Amino acid sequence: MITGTPKPIEEVLEMLEPYDNIIVAGCHGCVTVCRVGGEKEVQVLASTIRLAREAAGNKINIKEVSLERQCDPEYVESMRPYVGDYQAVLSIACGAGIQFLAEKFTTTPLLPGINTGFLGVTERQGEWAERCQGCGDCVLHLTGGICPVTRCAKSLFHGPCGGSVRGICEVDKEIKCGWQLIIDRLKALGQMENYGKLKPYKGWSSARDGGPRRIIREDMIS
Amino acid sequence: MLPCTGRIDEALLLAAFENGADGVMVIGCLEGDCHYISGNIRARARVERVYKILEQIKIGPDRIRMYNLSAGEGERFASYANAFVDQVRNLGPSPINLVRSTNAQSAVQTAVQGEAT
Repeated sequence: MITGTPKPIEEVLEMLEPYDNIIVAGCHGCVTVCRVGGEKEVQVLASTIRLAREAAGNKINIKEVSLERQCDPEYVESMRPYVGDYQAVLSIACGAGIQFLAEKFTTTPLLPGINTGFLGVTERQGEWAERCQGCGDCVLHLTGGICPVTRCAKSLFHGPCGGSVRGICEVDKEIKCGWQLIIDRLKALGQMENYGKLKPYKGWSSARDGGPRRIIREDMIS
Repeated sequence: MLPCTGRIDEALLLAAFENGADGVMVIGCLEGDCHYISGNIRARARVERVYKILEQIKIGPDRIRMYNLSAGEGERFASYANAFVDQVRNLGPSPINLVRSTNAQSAVQTAVQGEAT
């Protein structure tokens, strides 16, 4: 899922200073699962903003909405009939959702209520960890299901660097060496032969280095 | 009336302050004695989150507190309730209620002046 963390309330209140009639918009997708931008978070954030603003003698009217997904046009369009009645939209979806709202509602300022994090997994309740950087050229079949792009701090492709000590990355004592994890896993699977099958070089043109990416599925375009 | 403090969430607690509460007292069953296993533990975490929110927006974190009691501790309930009411009285009206009362007074004054002229 796409993860995120709430922006500090002081930062949110500062963003909202010019406005007294806004929408707080959540999303039922990833940000609901990681409990940063779902329906409940919309209620809590809206209530917090109303209390802070009224205590400061500067009341604000808030419409609370939560879309099925802020990254799909059919759900975003459901806001169109009323979005123009408000001065701004504070979205607590991921950065993609916020930008999509901004693209669709060109005359309404869009404000981010969260800091979008990474593509990750829930390791335990309240703790998420990065697993994928969306490089566009997956090699997990050769690396025991452990991503060298994400799990190695340097995104190396041919084994651990000199900074790997007893399975720990030199970047942080809390980070396991991605390549140590890969080699341990390949050994456990009896697939060490895959270690030599990695490509001689990694092409990054399908990753962010090629600029903003686009996927076109001709078979799905109607 | 809620069957379990586990039903309480942050929005419900904040709504109490929006609706004019100067303080909110949450009373759950004794920890380890929840009929629904962990309702009171969940409630404690939610109360702690609201405590932090009230601190951040300067409403005053001491306006919310959770206690744990069994159904047979009526006397202790009374003593907790009295202590919490004293605590909130010492804090005075919440900033929300101060603003509302000032606004109400101004509205009355304006109306009186309007009638006089």
